Amino acid sequence: MAKFFAITIIVIAILSAIPILRHTWVAPEDISTHGALIDEQMSETMAEAGISFLAAQFVLAFFIWKFSNPRPDAKIKNFPGGAKGLVIAALLVVGIEVMALGIFGVKAWANVYLTPPSADAMPIQVQAGQFAFYFRYPGPDGKFGPLHPELINEGSQNFYGLDPEHDVDSRDDIVTAEMAIPVNKEIHLLMHSKDVGHSFFVRELRVQQDFVPGLDVSLHFTATKVGRYEIVCTQLCGLGHYNMKAYLSVLSQQDFDDWIKKEQAMQ
Amino acid sequence: MHDMSAHAAQHHAPPTSFIRKHVFSLDHKVIGKQYYALALVAALCGMILSWFMRIHLAWTNAAIPGLQLLSKNGAPGGVMTPEYYLQLMTMHGTIMVFFVLTTAPFAAFGNFFLPIQVGAEDMPFPRFNMMSFWVTCTGFVVLMASFFTAEGPTLGGWTQYAPLNAVGPVGGPGQGVGVVLWAASIALFCVGQLLGSLNFIPTTLDLRTKGMSLMRLPLSAWAWFITSCMGLTAFAVLMPACILVILDHVAGTSFFVASNLVMNDQLLPHSGGSTLLWQHLFWFFGHPEVYIAIVPGIGIVSHILIANMRKPMLSHRVLIYSMGALAVLSYMVYGHHMFVSGMNPFSSLAFSFPTLVITIPSTIVVLIWTFSLYGSKLRINSASLFALGFISMFVSGGVSGFFLAQPSIDIMLHATYFVVGHFHLVMGVAAMFGIFGGTYFWFPKMTGRMMNETLGKIHFWFSFVGAYCIFMPFHYLGMAGNVRRYSSFPDDFLQPLIPLHRFITVAALITGAAQLVFLYNLIHSRFWGKPAPDNPWEATSLEWSTPTPPPWDNFGGKLPVVYHDPYQYGVQSSAGDYVMQASAEQVKTEHEEK
Repeated sequence: MAKFFAITIIVIAILSAIPILRHTWVAPEDISTHGALIDEQMSETMAEAGISFLAAQFVLAFFIWKFSNPRPDAKIKNFPGGAKGLVIAALLVVGIEVMALGIFGVKAWANVYLTPPSADAMPIQVQAGQFAFYFRYPGPDGKFGPLHPELINEGSQNFYGLDPEHDVDSRDDIVTAEMAIPVNKEIHLLMHSKDVGHSFFVRELRVQQDFVPGLDVSLHFTATKVGRYEIVCTQLCGLGHYNMKAYLSVLSQQDFDDWIKKEQAMQ
Repeated sequence: MHDMSAHAAQHHAPPTSFIRKHVFSLDHKVIGKQYYALALVAALCGMILSWFMRIHLAWTNAAIPGLQLLSKNGAPGGVMTPEYYLQLMTMHGTIMVFFVLTTAPFAAFGNFFLPIQVGAEDMPFPRFNMMSFWVTCTGFVVLMASFFTAEGPTLGGWTQYAPLNAVGPVGGPGQGVGVVLWAASIALFCVGQLLGSLNFIPTTLDLRTKGMSLMRLPLSAWAWFITSCMGLTAFAVLMPACILVILDHVAGTSFFVASNLVMNDQLLPHSGGSTLLWQHLFWFFGHPEVYIAIVPGIGIVSHILIANMRKPMLSHRVLIYSMGALAVLSYMVYGHHMFVSGMNPFSSLAFSFPTLVITIPSTIVVLIWTFSLYGSKLRINSASLFALGFISMFVSGGVSGFFLAQPSIDIMLHATYFVVGHFHLVMGVAAMFGIFGGTYFWFPKMTGRMMNETLGKIHFWFSFVGAYCIFMPFHYLGMAGNVRRYSSFPDDFLQPLIPLHRFITVAALITGAAQLVFLYNLIHSRFWGKPAPDNPWEATSLEWSTPTPPPWDNFGGKLPVVYHDPYQYGVQSSAGDYVMQASAEQVKTEHEEK
């Protein structure tokens, strides 16, 4: 039974690795300027984790195979070098391995979170609420009008609580249910939630960020490929969580200009 | 160490009435069995809920037989509604993490065996111990009561993120009474575990019998001791956090709800609370909780393996120090749950490095286990199979931690099935394997009867292969971007992943059914199993020096004296290749702890 167990461990380990090696289930192609570093970090981590996983399972299986059901007169032995060698190996090999991953990973993180958006990044506001995203563009004046939460009224489609009657800056603001951005243009996303926690996740953009009620959070990114992508909520927000999504259209500059004009006309 | 005053403190008269013997018992062994029974009932409930969830995920519109009996509104005609999926999911997570993974390896086995392994008659505060169980049990009843409220249990997930946990009924079904019951239940659970920890620590430090130095404690006793130190600090944070949630509901406070939030076009009557405060409080408990669930497993598995390898681990001390390091580091890593939560991005880096460092003691533990097998005389039985399976699962679940420790990668994997796969393998399945291993190993001592080995092995094979079939694909789903906590996958990017979900569901149903073999074995062996000898595994620690099952005062009124390390195997003695801790026989050994 021990030998069968050892074989089972090895078979499971190999079968587990095959979909990874064959890239059977992977994230969709990256369409961002910062995503390549994240993908690279993911690949390096996969290599290190994969080798550690296979090595540990194989050694375990080998020892189970070799040392189970010994002859009754067999003498017990200790691994040469004892615990000291193993501790040193763990400290050196795993210690260096994980530190290297951590240090190299800082750059990928810093690209997204520790660098400010450029001065000409295009600001777009996104508001999350049970169970929809709404996007706001500042309009020709380049300014967002102030928010008045007490004025939020879904029935009259005042999703943001704007008061264009009194606030000049709000008058040209454009509120949409779909997000459109120009390709190769940096976007400065200003995020807030109107009710509970939500999240903004676009797999292709390599972007995921929670909305924190009571806190303004911002992100910046640049999309490099025209297309239509799903924005989904990843923070459990209530019964409609699974259905809370919107679409991101990455358009050529011309198409984006046409789209924004059309949206403005519909306000 | 043992002295007369400590002896007097723990001494209590043998019970005579049924209630005092079996219900409100002061005996740590009965309390241990009560905890085990509670964990068993909870595990059965949690598993059935997971079946419902898995069927719904794979075949969203399927009517699930019997589900409408649980909730007419949540499952009209047996078809689960999205909100009911979330409610069952929340209950599954809560039941499993708190009432199974914490109670069974720590409270159940720890209660039964810690006093015996240190050579004491009982814990120092038997009444606190009794309260510990009954408060925990009340917590479970309060949690389950939420099934019977008008709107059912809370749907906020076992992490109960703010402010959804504090806004009240406007947040959705179960967010009113359901959350209050959840928070009350967990607060009670925390009280129960605090009382338990308060007993475990002095039991280990003050009630050790003559000759039982700290380094002569078995690894399982060390694990329970370290876990109780974690429990004392972690549960002490979660309990007030739960009380604050209740106050936000019933007293009009705003600890977790920020100003100017709007639901149903109405401004919420709250202001000034902090969303992230809950996450900090919860994860300050939550990450140590992972180790509260797994460190007892590490100790139990070490204890079982040594008896079945017929040799001690390569280093007793290194394993103890590694468990200690895991416990200390567990408080410094909790922020990795919050990388994309909106907290300061520099904090993410600060939490990332300790998270990466925690792989070092984990690796040391795995290396010591694996390389201790070298040159051993490994016995294969149900207990050792589960212990070896634990190592395999601990490795498989552990390596995915490399990914989740890094904030940049977490951008892609956070809140996906990759996380679900990771924690199910490393803290769910591995801890369950520790519980199963402990059960097969200690059942003879706890009940006086042997379990059926053939059924035990059948249980192992289905559980081992089944757990991999369920949880390895979770990682693939996560890598493809499958978001967790979705009740179904409507016409969107997740559609292509549904076949994989169906495979997982079938595996889960089969693996779950195999657990019924364990349940049958457990109950059948309890009453009709072969009578167990005092030391069926030829093991060395003090629990095997007592009669089977142990008498009410453990050692028949005469405390043992310890002469040896806990694991003197591979020696030549009159008993065979081992010498028991309480045996005065001198044997030739390589090294003895003092």
